[in-house]
Amino acid sequence: MAIIERPVSLEVQPLIVVAPATPSSAMGAVKRPVVTKGWRQWVFTVDHKKLGLMYMATAMFFFLVGGIEAVLIRLQLALPDGKILNADLYNQMFTMHATTMVFLFVMPMAAGFANYFIPLQIGARDVAFPRINAFGFWALLFGGLFINLSWFLGGAADGGWFMYAPNSGPIFSPSHGVDFWTFGLQIAGIASLTGAINLIVTVLNMRAPGMKLMRMPIFTWMILVVQFLLAFAVPVITVALFLLSFQRNFGATFFDVAAGADPLLWQHLFWIFGHPEVYILILPSFGIISEVLPVFSRKPLFGYPFVVFSGAAIGFVGWGVWAHHMFASGLGPVSVAVFSISTMAIAVPTGVKIVNWTLTLWGGKLWFTTAMKFSIGLIVLFTIGGLSGVTHAVAPSDTQQTDTYYIVAHFHYVLFGGAVLGLFSGFYYWWPKMFGKMLNEKLGTWNFWFMVVGMNLTFGPMHILGLQGQPRRMYQWTENRAGEGFFNLGFWNLIASIGSLVLVVGVFLFLVNIYITARNGKVAPLDPWGARSLEWMTSNPPKEHNFDSIPTVHHLDEFFHRKYAEDANGQMQQVATAEQVLKQLEDNADAHIHMPSPSYWPIILAFGLPVTCLGLIYSIPLAIFGGLIILMGTFGWALEPSTAPDSDFDPPSSGDTSKDVVHVG
Amino acid sequence: MWFTLDNLATAHDTHEGAAHSSTGLSNVKLGMWLFLGTECLLFGGLISTYMLYRGRVGTGPRPSQVFDIPFTSVSSFVLLMSSLTMVLAVSAAHKRDDRSTNLWLVITALLGTTFVGGQVYEFTAFYNEGMGFSTSLFSSSFFVLTGFHGVHVTVGIIMLLALRGMLKNNKVPGSRSETVEMIGLYWHFVDIVWIIIFTLIYLIPA
Amino acid sequence: MNTTSATDSHATEHGLSTIGYVRIALILAAITGLEVSTYYVDFGRLFLPALLIMMVIKFVMVVSYFMHLKFDNKVFSWLFYTGLFLAVGVYCAALATFKFFG
Repeated sequence: MAIIERPVSLEVQPLIVVAPATPSSAMGAVKRPVVTKGWRQWVFTVDHKKLGLMYMATAMFFFLVGGIEAVLIRLQLALPDGKILNADLYNQMFTMHATTMVFLFVMPMAAGFANYFIPLQIGARDVAFPRINAFGFWALLFGGLFINLSWFLGGAADGGWFMYAPNSGPIFSPSHGVDFWTFGLQIAGIASLTGAINLIVTVLNMRAPGMKLMRMPIFTWMILVVQFLLAFAVPVITVALFLLSFQRNFGATFFDVAAGADPLLWQHLFWIFGHPEVYILILPSFGIISEVLPVFSRKPLFGYPFVVFSGAAIGFVGWGVWAHHMFASGLGPVSVAVFSISTMAIAVPTGVKIVNWTLTLWGGKLWFTTAMKFSIGLIVLFTIGGLSGVTHAVAPSDTQQTDTYYIVAHFHYVLFGGAVLGLFSGFYYWWPKMFGKMLNEKLGTWNFWFMVVGMNLTFGPMHILGLQGQPRRMYQWTENRAGEGFFNLGFWNLIASIGSLVLVVGVFLFLVNIYITARNGKVAPLDPWGARSLEWMTSNPPKEHNFDSIPTVHHLDEFFHRKYAEDANGQMQQVATAEQVLKQLEDNADAHIHMPSPSYWPIILAFGLPVTCLGLIYSIPLAIFGGLIILMGTFGWALEPSTAPDSDFDPPSSGDTSKDVVHVG
Repeated sequence: MWFTLDNLATAHDTHEGAAHSSTGLSNVKLGMWLFLGTECLLFGGLISTYMLYRGRVGTGPRPSQVFDIPFTSVSSFVLLMSSLTMVLAVSAAHKRDDRSTNLWLVITALLGTTFVGGQVYEFTAFYNEGMGFSTSLFSSSFFVLTGFHGVHVTVGIIMLLALRGMLKNNKVPGSRSETVEMIGLYWHFVDIVWIIIFTLIYLIPA
Repeated sequence: MNTTSATDSHATEHGLSTIGYVRIALILAAITGLEVSTYYVDFGRLFLPALLIMMVIKFVMVVSYFMHLKFDNKVFSWLFYTGLFLAVGVYCAALATFKFFG
């Protein structure tokens, strides 16, 4: 939405947004966009909530793409001598499945939640750099589409998601797939880096008065840790990807053993990024369930500081364990011992979290909503995955497990059982906040059970398959080598494939639920769950400017403490309803609220990136053209103030901006 | 870190509305320092790659055969001095002395251009001595590392000149002195990266 | 924008004077001269440690004085040095696995 200049509405009902700005001057080349309806309100928006929803929609789209790839993989392996995919296509399928799920589903989905809820949770009206925020989204979308473009231009990347040499080289991967992969991840990396800087500054600098760091909701805390990991990990993969591009496109030999190179260099660079990346994937879900569990246990989170510090500890120690992905590569006994011990150490803070969640449930008045079910599902399934992870820390046993289905089982338990269930918990918990309607709980329960049963059927047997020696990335298996009895590979492969179809039904039920809810879902009450944190202290969905007046924070779980107070016996008694709390904020509404103004430049700048990369692959003139788009976007951006000047408002603003959010992005 | 921040946040509570940020610090400056922190990991990776591969010359020339230390010393000195002129530009901008700001910005850009020119000359000379981009692991990693640095300097020059143009036409949105300061931070960072490159790559033989 | 007015006065309060900056630059130039001299004069066993120490001194001086980190809020130092030390840590560890240091 454009700039908001409005008379303060005293009703609880949605206020009327009046007369957006008329740009009086062209800042740089063109006047800034003002349209507040139709597609243009989305494409040029800088509103963190709209961008959050766009992130989530994009991520959901790629989740379905990655899911289809997964199903094709499982159908190929369901029966002996699978004929659905040929070997080449199979390689592309598992590479793109992993790439899509990691970079284009879990990360953007977490970014979507972070974008939407961080400003709300810390009591801010927007993020620190709204235009950079918009740029990050568009870069991610274009990067994701760019990678997938390779399907139609000669075949996708086929070297596995960690793209080890020599599989990444032109001899084993002659199509442009790896080039698209490299450049596409580079673009997505720019998105992550800018997003990380934006969110870190937002959390450090945009908190409401009184919102000390140790009063921040756990979700905000975990996202803060994740953004630090991203900020420092992305440059490492950037280096690796550049080296790979120079090798494939300009004749360098960085990973070519024949030329005397050390292919382990790629492995180090990839995993120095890749291991923090693992925590980048899981910590947002940890944050989500740390919000959900207390609400539905009717208790505060057990040991809040421990959850915060263990999250920070995971983030820190996560930098010292990367080589456990390389135990089978001949690092030498000292390196293996060091990384083995640090890997075992990182299980400790993770265990602390699991204990804290369990003790949050202990003695609580549990309310088994769908969100709660998904959260409990995470605790159980992630723990299973965490335990098989500890077996990898033991180097001798890891040497046996490396590149078998046991590894596949492990990381799907932590990623699907952990990250994905956490995200679904977030959908059910925050849907009423985002859309003002309740997702159907009955359908949600079916959704949950199908996903949990499906995931255990799919990934559980992979432990057995892996320990029996079925190699990862094998595109066919034959009946006469499948073994006998209980350990027959054919049986367990079939079970896993059936499980993946059950999983598909589970996800489909979620889509049905979205559809039904959108058509005639129950309108959400203001505070449907009896929530505890600030994001619930505004209407459903939130107003453009989030809060009519910025709340002053006195407690952890501020919203809860505004609703409840201790009576003489030390019992918590309700003293106000959510409606009353909201009314109070509205009564003290700020007179002038200037929100950051929409802009053309983020999408233009982001669009320059894939054009340039396409040019680098096919024709240099196109790359130069892309470079010019980037240059133009940068200058347009630099010349445009992030918030429209006072004269642009209708009626012109008095210039008294003492209470306004001021942005400098 | 959070203790520092929390003290600031408390100070902020006492006079609400006085500052717009929880820490009282500027968003842009926080973002810029964080960005420079992340750049350490970028250049660290490139420098490590070079260190690993500096002795692997194949049939090409060795580093000591191509490096021209006196020449590079001069261009290093030029870049170092551009940091002085940059800081004088920032200082002038804080004093709202537009004339000096413009002057120092232009001088900084000129010194930067001299450095990049020297790098182009050096690359050409290396090429003529038989050290192409793909000659050896040493040459590839050398050109990637110093090339990345050169691109950073070039971006800096463009920013300096664009900033000068914007200052002249009064087109800088937001605080002028802070914009100069931010570009200054970037410029100094490029300089400190070269301080490391000059020692590790040029002065310490493989 | 508004947020910057505080920093503006802050920087002029604590930054060095022009003479101060020139003095720092002269020291940096002198150290650079000393560094270059190692190319002509044999420093023996001191060669490597001397060069590394001079490099660190120059680095810290530019960061502390030219980039104002010494006078600025500690948060900036935290953000920057976290990245720097993380980089030194992980890359030295990675190089160590290649037996680079011995």
